[in-house]
Formats: sequence, structure tokens, C-alpha cells
Amino acid sequence: MITKDLYRALQERILVLDGAMGTMLQRHKFSEADYRGKRFANYPYDVKGNNDLLSITQPEAIAGVHTAYFKAGADIVETNTFSATTVAMADYHMEDLVDEINIESAKIARRVADEFTHNEPHKPRFVAGAMGPTNKTASMSPDVNDPGYRAITFDELRKAYKQQAAGLIKGGVDILLVETVFDTLNAKAALFAIEELKEEQGIDVPVMVSGTITDASGRTLSGQTAEAFMISIEHIPLLSVGFNCALGAKQLTPYLETVASKSMFGISAYPNAGLPNAFGAYDESPEQMASQVQEYLDKSLINIIGGCCGTTPEHIAAIAQIAAAYKPRVIPSLQNLVHG
Amino acid sequence: MDKKEYRPLKLSGLEPLVITPKSNFINVGERTNVAGSKKFLRLIKQDKYDEALEIARDQVENGAQIIDINMDDGLIDGKTAMVKFLNLIAAEPDISRVPIMIDSSKWEIIEAGLQVVQGKCVVNSISLKEGEQAFIENAKIIKRYGAAVIVMAFDEVGQADNYERRIEIAQRSYDLLINQAHFAPEDIIFDLNIFPVATGMQEHRRNAIDFIEATRWVRENLAHVSVSGGVSNVSFSFRGNNKVREAMHSAFLFHAIKAGMNIGIVNPALLEVYDDIDPELLEFVEDVLLDRRDDATERLLDYAENVTQTTRVSTIDNSWRTLPIQDRITRALVKGIDSYIIDDVEEARCQASAPIDVIEGHLMTGMNVVGDLFGSGKMFLPQVVKSARVMKKAVAYLLPFIEEEKKNKKLHLDSNADDSKKSRAPRVLMATVKGDVHDIGKNIVSVVLACNNFEIIDLGVMVPPEKILDAAVAHQVDIIGLSGLITPSLDEMVFIAKEMKRRNFQVPLMIGGATTSRAHTAVKIAPEYDGPIVHVNDASRAVTIAGELSGEKDEGYFAFAKAKKEEYKKLREDFMGRAIKKEYVSLSEARSRKFSIDWKSYEPQQPKNLGVHELKDIDLREVERYIDWSPFFRSWDLHGRYPEILNDDVVGDQATELFADARVMLDQIIEDKWLEARAVYGIFPANADDRDDIHVQSMDGSSFVIRTLRQQAKKAAGKPQIALADFIAPAHSQIQDYIGTFCVTTGHGVNQRAKAYEKNHDDYNAIMLKALADRLAEALAEYLHMRVRTDFWGYASDEHLSNEDLIKESYKGIRPAPGYPACPDHLEKETIWDLLQVEERIGVSLTESLAMWPAASVSGYYIAHPESRYFGLGKIKRDQLIDYAQRKDIPLDMAKKWLNPNLAD
Repeated sequence: MITKDLYRALQERILVLDGAMGTMLQRHKFSEADYRGKRFANYPYDVKGNNDLLSITQPEAIAGVHTAYFKAGADIVETNTFSATTVAMADYHMEDLVDEINIESAKIARRVADEFTHNEPHKPRFVAGAMGPTNKTASMSPDVNDPGYRAITFDELRKAYKQQAAGLIKGGVDILLVETVFDTLNAKAALFAIEELKEEQGIDVPVMVSGTITDASGRTLSGQTAEAFMISIEHIPLLSVGFNCALGAKQLTPYLETVASKSMFGISAYPNAGLPNAFGAYDESPEQMASQVQEYLDKSLINIIGGCCGTTPEHIAAIAQIAAAYKPRVIPSLQNLVHG
Repeated sequence: MDKKEYRPLKLSGLEPLVITPKSNFINVGERTNVAGSKKFLRLIKQDKYDEALEIARDQVENGAQIIDINMDDGLIDGKTAMVKFLNLIAAEPDISRVPIMIDSSKWEIIEAGLQVVQGKCVVNSISLKEGEQAFIENAKIIKRYGAAVIVMAFDEVGQADNYERRIEIAQRSYDLLINQAHFAPEDIIFDLNIFPVATGMQEHRRNAIDFIEATRWVRENLAHVSVSGGVSNVSFSFRGNNKVREAMHSAFLFHAIKAGMNIGIVNPALLEVYDDIDPELLEFVEDVLLDRRDDATERLLDYAENVTQTTRVSTIDNSWRTLPIQDRITRALVKGIDSYIIDDVEEARCQASAPIDVIEGHLMTGMNVVGDLFGSGKMFLPQVVKSARVMKKAVAYLLPFIEEEKKNKKLHLDSNADDSKKSRAPRVLMATVKGDVHDIGKNIVSVVLACNNFEIIDLGVMVPPEKILDAAVAHQVDIIGLSGLITPSLDEMVFIAKEMKRRNFQVPLMIGGATTSRAHTAVKIAPEYDGPIVHVNDASRAVTIAGELSGEKDEGYFAFAKAKKEEYKKLREDFMGRAIKKEYVSLSEARSRKFSIDWKSYEPQQPKNLGVHELKDIDLREVERYIDWSPFFRSWDLHGRYPEILNDDVVGDQATELFADARVMLDQIIEDKWLEARAVYGIFPANADDRDDIHVQSMDGSSFVIRTLRQQAKKAAGKPQIALADFIAPAHSQIQDYIGTFCVTTGHGVNQRAKAYEKNHDDYNAIMLKALADRLAEALAEYLHMRVRTDFWGYASDEHLSNEDLIKESYKGIRPAPGYPACPDHLEKETIWDLLQVEERIGVSLTESLAMWPAASVSGYYIAHPESRYFGLGKIKRDQLIDYAQRKDIPLDMAKKWLNPNLAD
């Protein structure tokens, strides 16, 4: 039973999540034609930039990224589904492909993970189904002159997330990862959808939630402090709560300290490779990032660690090497399971 | 029950609210409840959500830790109102920082509310009234939305009204929630029904004591839950007698809290301090609440009839004066109240180990709050300027003490003065460039930066480049900020940038002012200087930008500077790309497409007052009516049209307050004759020629020429390429036409008085005065134009226009001003000055950049033809530049300098 393996692994060691998918895909320099593949050669809209589509048109490239991260030492890889909801796919007029992208993406990651687990049974590998924030916010108005307006409703998000989660589960993910949460209400819609699915299908699937702190004052885009964010999403049992993106490892430390001291659940972090430079690129080296991550580990803040924008297999290898030398943070909710 | 393992009730708005056994009683605001507040109901019914929001804000400001929102009323669409109000609250960080309590008896309203709140809220309420199935189902859904819940002591039989029923229903609800809905026990809050006592009915005698005892049982037997209730119910029988009610509420809470009630809806205005209750009254009240005597109710009623009703008079709330010193100082700064600041600062100084600590500690703490509020859009510019006034007064009071301290230290230590340099506040040099006299915007940015812990070196107006750069070196400034309002200032800024490069400066340059733009900064200024350059046009952004530019010269700084360079480079390239696309016609072709007027059918009105005239003894009362207020608000960064802006959702309150302050000062200006209005105008015979010149005959027989410029950007077929000269009859038409010129000022007296304010650390009033003087000058121009049209020239003697019509420029004829879009050439002002002898007559002079001094002045032309209209010249080509220089008989370089902003190539 994979879930059991997962919980056991989580208590034994710090699990390593993969790094950036986008950064790796950029290396391929895919053209519009590459994005389209044969199947979408005549698609009436531009699709370049729709990275999630590559799970269908360039599946080997996606599998290659997963392989590279597992080789680097990752325990968990994220499916290539960050934008695979009807809400986000509307940008490319590809809402109809949502089911297929989620299922295929999950299958690709599953296949690679199973190969690694088969070859290294002592270190089982896991697949997390990535569920991004979409490009709309449920608790903020995009129109400064009309603060009461909302571009999307809870129900629309709930339905979109439910479809995505169902596809990911069907494709064989071990975990659902609601990530890069900039508006907590969006995340709550995703969690609501997951709970509905769990009940309808009579299954249990571990859920990770990862928010993003977008400004130096320590708040999410929708204005919540780290602790308020955590309180707002802990109403269902989670595998982990934490933060990713927006900030580099260094800037994330105080917020991880806040949640690590207050949460019942596991703590995850997968920061960017530093802050973007003038050209929007991330240039913190693997060694720099690993030394920042070491501070988390010295403070026992972490259960799951990885990288977001700008990180590569080299970053993950450096992080994995350091993480292996530390014990994971003790997870209060699992303590009760063990002793009670 | 394992007491050690108490699980706190965690709620959240934008900020967390964690309720533990150690927490004080949690106070829920109840005024945003249509059932409880008539005012709130009325506002919602009338769709006045902005005012309704103020009620919510008020409650949070007054200490509500959760706000209860209820829209259950037969005449409102509760679901729509709930969603709308919650959405609006989400946009108000100072309200939405606290958790929301969604209060409704209708499930669909509760669910609609849960779908729009990001934080962890409380549902008020569910109960077993409709049976177990609905109860469990709703609880499951509430859990899925991530909310806590209030459970009423109510079941299929009815409301619990005694001790046994309360604990029976509580126990049953608890078991169902835990075992069947898998609800977290800490997320359960019981409302055990607070009912009135002293009703005269025997069965109500134990209402209070049963609640209190049931509370005790619930807290001891049902692990992790909270207990809440609406307190004012208990005193329902004594409506109208606030003295008794206040005592009852306090005494009730005293006992209920001891028993474990930890949350409640309490109106803080109806609460007496327990220890302050008259002992006799307290005894009667407690007899009733605790059911201690058979005649308790009668005794309390007797007492109640004899108490003279003392109504609480609501006066200015000075209760904050009792707060700790830091809170008082912070509040004075945030609210801009300077009445007590000297006393408070003195008190702080006596407590502090050094006077400087009061600035760096108390005052900076307060100003940081101001900075945060302003940064998050919760305070507006006029408020910040008022805060600065308080700050400056406080600092001025402390300075002598600091000097004294320094002297003493020097004696003892002979200390190195360099010590503080590293940790000093970042220093910003601010100046209005040479030739320009406008400083309202610059002063506002200075004030805002000063509020945010920048040290400002303000060099004032008309500052020559050498002085700016020398001062920058002398003061070792971290940033140079340049401001300007008239177009020649743009070139002045380019020149300064070049000078900075020549002198090897690396200091960041900030560019601002009404005439500046991101595009101009990118295209014309940025290429001239290698150091960081940023265009900033509003005060709130100035803080962030200045922060970036003044920080450590580390990676972040260079990344920011580089990013700006890149941004401007791209803008420049885009701009160049776009400029090429625009098509122009040659000057001769443009002239062939002039605005054609059928002069034969036009008979110019012979002016009543030809020649030059001054207006004496102008009554500003008369002029005041012509004020266009919208730009006044804009100068304070409050955007919107007057008068609608006074009711604006976002800035309405602030605009109203600012407007009130402005009215007060305006009355003083007028009554006490602070400012003197002066005006001169002339109307002269004039004809145009074929080269866009207007030939003017002055009354002494000498002739003057007004040069006008013609649009050259290619227009659609049939559309004219306009010059102002087109609106004056050409000489060959044989028609004697006329043109007027004018200059008005209300600026005499402004500077002296503004300086006095500034000396008194009152930038608010200094800026206010300048802004009002500007408005009065514009109003005077409007007034004079009206008099000219209807009387002095008389070409529109029958006009009747409202001020709104005037603002919309509905009048006949135009009054374009040199330096503005139809005639951007400032040089032509010199012609007006010569024609009217402006300086001699009304004391308005021209600076080297041809700005008018005093600044609150307006000058221009009057053109009467009914088809004349305002237009923008746009860009002109080199052929017109050469032609213009020849016509005016000036060197090409000089023409180029003045027309630079309008040159297409």
C-alpha cells in the first residue's frame, strides 16, 4: 500500500520533492510546431507556452525531466499539470483536453516512478499531482474600481479542480498537491473538491497544500499572514502544509518557522533559486541554495523539501545530499497515530 | 478530560485569531446585523454599502475581534446582500483582518457566504431544530468549507430553556458532530440561549443562573468547545434604562465568564465596569441574575424607577488619552491630531534614556504605522500630510534637547561624529528645476518620504543645476529628486542628467512632476546618465522606489537599477519604432489644409473696451464661485470628479474632510484678504497672415506679432491642420478682427504665508494654501474670461452659463495659454508681457524658463470666433522649426530649445 509507504518514509526521513519543470523544458527550446506535434498541427490557436500540453505532444521530454529529478535524488515528482484546469486552459482554448492532460501526465510520472521503485525498492518513489492556482482569484477583484466584483466563483473553481483531481487520481498519482496558492479561497475550493471526490469514490488520497508568500511583509497575494493562511486550510487532514515559489530559500525562513511551530501536519518548502534578477532569471547556484536549505534543517523545520522556479536537477541533488544528513521535523498529527 | 491537551479554536481573517484558555473574552461585533441595527438595515436597503462598510470598520477599530454579519430581513435579498457585503469587506484590509461570523437562519445564505470568504469563519448557527439528518449534513458541509460553527441549544422539541435541556441538547449535538460529521471539537461553539430575567414571570427567574451553570457544565464535560451568547438579551426587561442594563450586562458577564463563557456579542457602549457599579445596584442586579431572593425582581424594579436616567452624551471621544504613551503617540500620528503631541512627547522624553530615542522609538514606530497604512491604501495623502505635521512638531520640540545632549556628550567623549553615518536615514535631495516655480507635487512627495524615514534636503524652486549637484555632494545624498511642471523643465532635467554624467555621479535620479512622463524619462533623460533613473509620478510609489534606490548597494539594488534601465531601453525602442510610423505633412502642405472659416459671413464684434485694462478691487467672493474643484482633489492624489468624489466609496470620507478644511481656509483667504487678486487684459485689432502669424496693433500704434504653430501630423482626408492663426481673420479678407490677451494672479501673498506655515512645521496648510491659490487663479481666469465675453469685449453678451458649463468649456470662443497644447511655445508669453506690461502692472514676472512668478498665475489669449476651438499641436517637423526661427528672427538653436518637446525629429 503506497500511502502507508509514504507515511512511513515521511517519518523516517526528509522527503525530497523535485525542482522546476518549466526551467527544464526551456532547455529544449520547443517551437510552436514542437508544442503542437502532429496532433495539433492545424489547431486554430497558438499553443506555444502551454507546457501542460507537452504531456501529450512531447511525453518523452516530460518523462526525461521526471527521470532527471529522480536520478538527482527526488522522492516525489510533480506531474506536469500546473495549469491543467478548464479555468487556466481557457487561455489556449483547450478546456476539452483537461481530462486527457491530467490522466496522461499522471501516467508518465507514474511509469517513471515505478521504474525507479522497481530498481531501488528500499527507496520508493512517489507522484504528486500538481494543482496550480489557476489564473483567476476568487477573493479579489481584478478591477480596482469595483472591489466587489469577482472574475470567478467558488463553484466554478470547485468544479474545475474536481475534474483535475479526478484525472490525476485516474492516472495514478499518490498525492494531490494544491500549490502556489496566492488566494486562499481558490485553495479552499480545491480542497472542497478533493473532499467531495474522496467521499464519492470512497478513497483516501494524501493532500499537500503549498502557499506562496508574495511580498516582503510576509503575506499572500490575497493579504493573509502565513499563520492565517495555515489556519484557513487545515480543516481537512493534510500530509503537509508549506510554501513555494515567489521568494528564495532565505526569505522563506521566518514563515516556515511560523507554520512549523503551529501546524499539526508535515511542513513542506520548495523555494525558488533565489530572487529573479533583472532579466527575470534565477541565478542562485545549487550550493548557495543548499546552504540556505541547511538553515531550515538545522532548525528542524522541514519534512518535505524541493525547489521551484529556476531550480534544476543539480539544485535538487545538492539539496538531497544535505537533507539526507538530517532527521525530519516531528509531525504532531502522526505522533498520535504512532502512539495512539 | 485531559486539560493539558486543550486544543485552541483557531480562526482567521487576514490575520489569525487563536482562542486558548488564556485568551481574554472574545468580543463579537454585532452592529453589521440588520436584525440588530436599524441604521445598518437602512443602509443596506438603500444600497449604501460604503457607509455600511464604515460600520464594520468602526467595530473593528473599536476592538471587535470577530464581526457578525446578518442580512436576514424580509425586504432584502439576503443572499445577494451577504455576498456583496462580504466581497466588499474582502477589499478592506483593516476590516477583513478579523474573522467573519456568517449569521443567518437560512442555509442558502450561509453557504453563499462561506463561498466568498478566504479566512476561517464562524457559521452562526445550526441546531437540531430540523432533526439530526439536516444537522449532520450541514455540519459536514461547513467543515468542508473550513469554518467553525455555533450550535444553538435548540432541538426538534424547541429551545432549551432550563439547565437540564441545555446540557441534554449540548451533549447530543456534540456527539453527533464528533462521531458522525467528524467535526473538530475545538471548532464547536455552543450558544446556550441567554434569556431575559426580571420579566415578572416565575419561570424566567432562573434564566441567567441556568445559562451560567449550563456553561460551566459544557466547558467541563465537552472537551475543547467554546461557549458564546448574545448578552443584551438578559436585560431586555429594562429597555430604556441604560444604567440598569449596563450594570446587568457587566454583572452577568462577570459570572458567565467565570463559568467558561469565552465568546460573546456585547455592545461595548452598554457596558459598565464591574467594579464601578453602585454597590446597591450591584446587589439588586446579582440577586436577580443569580436568583438569590424571591423579591429580587421587585427590588430591582423599584431601584430602576428611582434612578435618574443619565444618558451618555456622545462628545469627542478622548478615551484614547488614557492609553499607554506609545499608543497615544501612534494614534496622534495616524489621526493627525496635534493638540497633545508636545505633552506626550515630553512624557516620552522623560522616560527615555536619550531624547533621540523618542524620535527613533516612539515617533518612528508611529510613523511606520502611518507608512504601512498609506502603503496599503488605507490612508490617503491629506491624512499623511497631517501626520507629518504632528511628526514635525514633535521633532521640533525634541531638537533642542538633542542638541543639548550632543553638547554634553562631546564634553565627555569628544565623540566621533561619523559614528551615526552608517545608520543614518537615507537622504533625498528634492528640487524644482531652474526656471520652474511649481512645488506642490514636490512638497507632497517630500512630506511622504519624510514620513517614511527619509531625510529630505529640500532646495526649493528655481534651483540651478550646479546648486543641485553641489548640494548633492555636500550632503552626500542617496537620491536626487527633480520636479517640474512646465515643459521647459523637461530639458532642464535632461541637462542635469548630462551634468551628472560629466561629473561622474552615480547617485540615483528620480524624476517627477506633472509634465514629466515615463516615456520622456526613458527616451530623453535615461540615455544621458549611467546611474539609476526612475520616473515616479505619485507619492505612494515614491516611497517604494526611493526605498529601492537608497538601500545597500547590493545585488538587489543593482538588479533594480538594471531592470529599470532595461525597462526604459525597451520603452525607448518601442517609442522610436512607433514614432517612425507616424506620418507628417510638409509645412506648406499643412498650410494649404488650414482650418477654413467663411470670413465673408462673419462680422466681428467691435470690442467695448479696446486697449489694455486692469481690473481693480476684485472681490474673491465673486471669483470663488468659478472654482473647478476636481483638480484640487487631484493635487492631493484623490482622484475623482467633484462633487461626486465627496461620496466616493474609497476616498469619499477623506475628500469630504479635505474639502471641509479647504472651505475653512478659503473663507479666511477671502475674509482676511490673505491673497490679492490682480488681473490685466487687453483687446486689440488683429489680423492673421499666410505664415501663421497674428499681427496685433497696440493702442499706441506700435505693432506686435503673435507666432502660432501648425499641426503637421497627417490628418484624415478633409480634416484641417490647425494653427491658432486660422481663427483670426486674414488681412486679405478685409475684415478687421480682434484678439485679446490677459494675465491674472492670486499669488501675491502666498509664499510669505506658506513659509510661515512651513516654519511652524505645518506642511499641510502650506500645501493647502498653494493648492487653493492655484485654484483661485484658475477661477479668476474663468471669471475674467466671462466678463470679457459678456461685457468688456461683449461678443457673447447674452450668455448664461453655469460653472459646470464653464468647466466643460461650453462658452463661445477660446482662451488658449502659451505652454498648453494649442500653443506649446512658452516664448510667446514674452509677447503678452510686452503688450500688456504685465510685470509693471500686476507684478507677475517670467523666469528664465518662462514660468510665471508668483506661481498662482494664468495668462493667455482670447479668441472670439464661434468656430474657434481647443486642439493639440502635436509634433512638428524641422521645416516648421526653421520657418518659425526665421519668422521670429531667433537663432535656430534657440527655437529648437524651446520647441524641443514638440519636435518630431
